Amino acid sequence: MTAGVRQRRAGGGSRIPALLLVPATLALGFLAVPLAGLLARTPWGSLGAELATPRVLEALRLSLVCSVGAVGVSLLLGVPLAFLLARVEFPGRNLVRALTTLSMVLPPVVGGVALLLAFGRRGLVGRWLDEAFGITLPFTTTGAILAEAFVAMPFLVISTEAGLRAMDRRYEDAAATLGAGRWTILRRVTLPLIAPSLGAGVALCWARALGEFGATITFAGNLPGVTQTMPLAVYIALETDLQAAIALSLVLLVVSLAVLVALRDRWFPTA
Amino acid sequence: MSLEARVELILGQLHLDVDLAVASGELVVLLGPNGAGKTTLLRALAGLVPLDRGRVVLDGRVLEDAEGGEWVATEHRPIGFVFQDYLLFPHLSALENVAFGLRARGLTKVEARRRAAAWLERVGLAAHAASRPRALSGGQAQRVALARAMAGDPRLLLLDEPLAALDAATRAEVRRDLRRHLASFDGTRLLVTHDPLEAIALADRLVVLEEGKVTQTGTPAEVSEHPRSRYVAELVGINLYRGQADGRSVRLVGGGTVVAADINHGEVFAAVHPHAVALHRRVPEGTPRNVWAGTADAVEVVGDRVRVQVTGPVPIVAEVTPAAAAELRLGDGGQVWVSVKATEVTVYPA
Repeated sequence: MTAGVRQRRAGGGSRIPALLLVPATLALGFLAVPLAGLLARTPWGSLGAELATPRVLEALRLSLVCSVGAVGVSLLLGVPLAFLLARVEFPGRNLVRALTTLSMVLPPVVGGVALLLAFGRRGLVGRWLDEAFGITLPFTTTGAILAEAFVAMPFLVISTEAGLRAMDRRYEDAAATLGAGRWTILRRVTLPLIAPSLGAGVALCWARALGEFGATITFAGNLPGVTQTMPLAVYIALETDLQAAIALSLVLLVVSLAVLVALRDRWFPTA
Repeated sequence: MSLEARVELILGQLHLDVDLAVASGELVVLLGPNGAGKTTLLRALAGLVPLDRGRVVLDGRVLEDAEGGEWVATEHRPIGFVFQDYLLFPHLSALENVAFGLRARGLTKVEARRRAAAWLERVGLAAHAASRPRALSGGQAQRVALARAMAGDPRLLLLDEPLAALDAATRAEVRRDLRRHLASFDGTRLLVTHDPLEAIALADRLVVLEEGKVTQTGTPAEVSEHPRSRYVAELVGINLYRGQADGRSVRLVGGGTVVAADINHGEVFAAVHPHAVALHRRVPEGTPRNVWAGTADAVEVVGDRVRVQVTGPVPIVAEVTPAAAAELRLGDGGQVWVSVKATEVTVYPA
């Protein structure tokens, strides 16, 4: 009887064995300590100076250009694909959907190798691009954009497709009865209605593109000013300039947090 | 100006096969139980569902001809559609909702908004022009939906259960407003409902749709006085039987015979209003020609009357006063004798 009373006070009615607190706390520590370590070792005083060095600025600029470019490519190609998957019934649709999400699960470096085999100088498509137009993609900024788009586009496609499926299509019927043609419906009804899903997809896509390492370094290489985006710069800086590495890591951490905060209502809705 | 439609299509379990003509100036109400195909029929007329067979002709212009291969897309049909849950665009204000169709059809933003504002004024919602749909009450949203559908000056106005989403209190008031707005509309109107009160209140002509087929059409008075299906009979609250008439006597399909005052021959409907049915605890003597024994099964208080379901050779519903029901202790069930005067049995050809 005494033991029962004690348990009631402590658990507060949650009925979870108290011992679970131990691994739970360990898990929290496991996830939090590295981040705390980063914050603790940040050279707060010289942060501004670190971020202003040419090499770091270059990496920042490149990351911005490539990630925004990747989002652009993803919007241009991924949104139509989402429409296709959500609205058109065709044989093999499930296969296509699996294919689009493949690069989400694929190890990024493998993605990079695949890109090389396809778009490299002697690749499937790359050979033709080189011979016909003189275009080479590997080890160029464009190549970095493509590598980031390759891994990030599925996020946009999936989020947009989910939004399209969740949307009440009768709004489009209503618009049609009011005389709206297909493009008008797309522009004034469908896209505004899926804007939240689209926005979330863009945020995720951008964050993923920004953080991409494996595919970028494999396909586009690690050329400062050309393809050395922030994650690549961090990797290199670890050996030579720890302060710069930490500063860059902090920027990436802040961006990740910002994305999390922006999407908190979608992932962690308050009841 | 009118609508002529022959609609045949199969959608899932529904086999729709309807021949419909609506003259302009005539408000036709399509009445039927849920699942009868009413919404599907409206959507077919709007071009949202293709016909398997048939034709839709509006004001002499062919909108769809399944056999001939002609088809006018929804956005090119001069229609207005009020949906059951209004479907006001949630990301647009009331004004922008009403202006939507006008802009889609080519008006400038300024002109469209001006006309939309005039329409909102007409339905009494000028003060809510800037409100989002979620800030509007049910009755207000319904009026915006109506204004939006009518703002484009359609030739055919289709209304799908326009009052269904409202609570009973709002419904009566909105029904009056709706009647007024519909009266001032000079095109063809077709309204769909499952609510008999709404149907009778609004209709010039009723078309009863059951399981994809038209079972009856006529004025509300005609339909309620001479129901031709169980569904309508139940709606109106009349006892309805089918049978073979031979002079004054009608042999009922379910067994039993009733005697009517008029002479008929062949397949007929026989209708008896519940208030014409008398109940007794002992064998009644007297003039009524129709007397039989049954069992009082279910007793229900409806308003200030009591409805008694009597099972037996001829199942029938009787309507009596609460005092009478108490006196006969009908609540206890048991055997009762039913009597109906022959003059109270209405017989008409099936």
